[in-house]
Amino acid sequence: MQLAKEVKYLIHKEVLLEWRSKYTINGVLLYVVSTIFTCYLSFISLGDKLAWNALFWIIILFASINGVSKSFLQETKGQQLYSYVLASPAAVLISKTVYNILLMLVLTTIALGFYTMVFDSFTPPDLLLYYVAAIMGSISFSTVFTMVSAIASKAGNGGMLMAILSFPIIIPVLILLIKLAKNAVDGLPWENSYDEIGMLLLVNVLTVATSLLLFPYLWRD
Amino acid sequence: MNKTWWKILGSVLVIYTAIAGLLLGVPRLPILNESIRNLYFHVPMWFAMIVLFSISVFYSIKSLSSKSEIDDLKAVESVNAGIIFGLLGLVTGAIWAKYTWGQFWSFDPKQNFAAISVLLYFAYLILRNAIDEEQKRAKISAIYNIFAFPMMVVLLFVLPRLKDSLHPGNGGNPGFNSYDLDSRMRMVFYPACLGWILIGYWVYTIRFRLRLIENKQQHN
Repeated sequence: MQLAKEVKYLIHKEVLLEWRSKYTINGVLLYVVSTIFTCYLSFISLGDKLAWNALFWIIILFASINGVSKSFLQETKGQQLYSYVLASPAAVLISKTVYNILLMLVLTTIALGFYTMVFDSFTPPDLLLYYVAAIMGSISFSTVFTMVSAIASKAGNGGMLMAILSFPIIIPVLILLIKLAKNAVDGLPWENSYDEIGMLLLVNVLTVATSLLLFPYLWRD
Repeated sequence: MNKTWWKILGSVLVIYTAIAGLLLGVPRLPILNESIRNLYFHVPMWFAMIVLFSISVFYSIKSLSSKSEIDDLKAVESVNAGIIFGLLGLVTGAIWAKYTWGQFWSFDPKQNFAAISVLLYFAYLILRNAIDEEQKRAKISAIYNIFAFPMMVVLLFVLPRLKDSLHPGNGGNPGFNSYDLDSRMRMVFYPACLGWILIGYWVYTIRFRLRLIENKQQHN
């Protein structure tokens, strides 16, 4: 019960901090919108729907690396010490992950809306399944990147390390996501996608479980 | 003798499989033909790699609780030895692919995922280089190693089954199970796996001892 209370408090703190500055959400949103716009201008002649699908996921991938990595990399030593005294490591990790999932959900929803608006011809026939894929993507990117950004921030060498460490880990997830989204683009019946959804859930459970086990060691300096 | 029997066993097994693998009879299967002999040289590399990476994870877990430098060195040296076998596995696979598929690298899912899982361990080594303080390095790299291991398992064993691949065992190509039925191949394949795992473990112990000596010299 103590844990739930701490998690609730910490999420409240994160959201409040974000609400006051609105830096991360606006920054990443502008990043996504301008990337989509740049892609539209550069690939204007690309007619293939599958290429558009891959492009969407790559944009979301980079946006989420930028957005989620803020969670630990941006905190000062003092802020970390503050949460260290205040809450258990599990509560810190869970609250950061949940906050990142919320952030990514808002972000992917807006990005998907903007994407289908800019690329008229793209709109997948099974928009609901595509949105499920986007939700799964937000959750998986958040769980993986939160832990990796914690590792990178402790290593003390932010941006480049974050990319190197997270890419090999995220590639299997990304491949599953692109496959799931491709099913939606092709308009296949939902039964064909249960395998991918199940695998993604499994990978997420695995990631969260190992993160929860390992984070206490990482947190203690 | 107590300590060296397994080294002798490993060497004898590898020499035996190198000779027997090239000389003994093999079943004629479509597509594969004589290139089936690569089974003795390619697949054991992956087994050796998996065993070495598992050793590394074991010592990473141990070093998190014991905080001893020895365990950390064991973890990093088994990764170093494992990467050698991973690269050898990629190379033997690519050479085989040149003769059966026509290209060294044709972006087959199995090739890609194997390459990514090797990348994962390169990332681990780079993470180690990024941190100067020894105890911090031991702790953080152990955490990354344990975190990455389940992902490697997913990459190597789960994902290739979801994708269409030309690799033997997938997509109508004769695979592992149909070799296994042939007792002549079993006579060579199992000793090859055991032999290469032992050699891999030997490489790891030598690397670890070298590292230990270097470490001692640095501290003096």
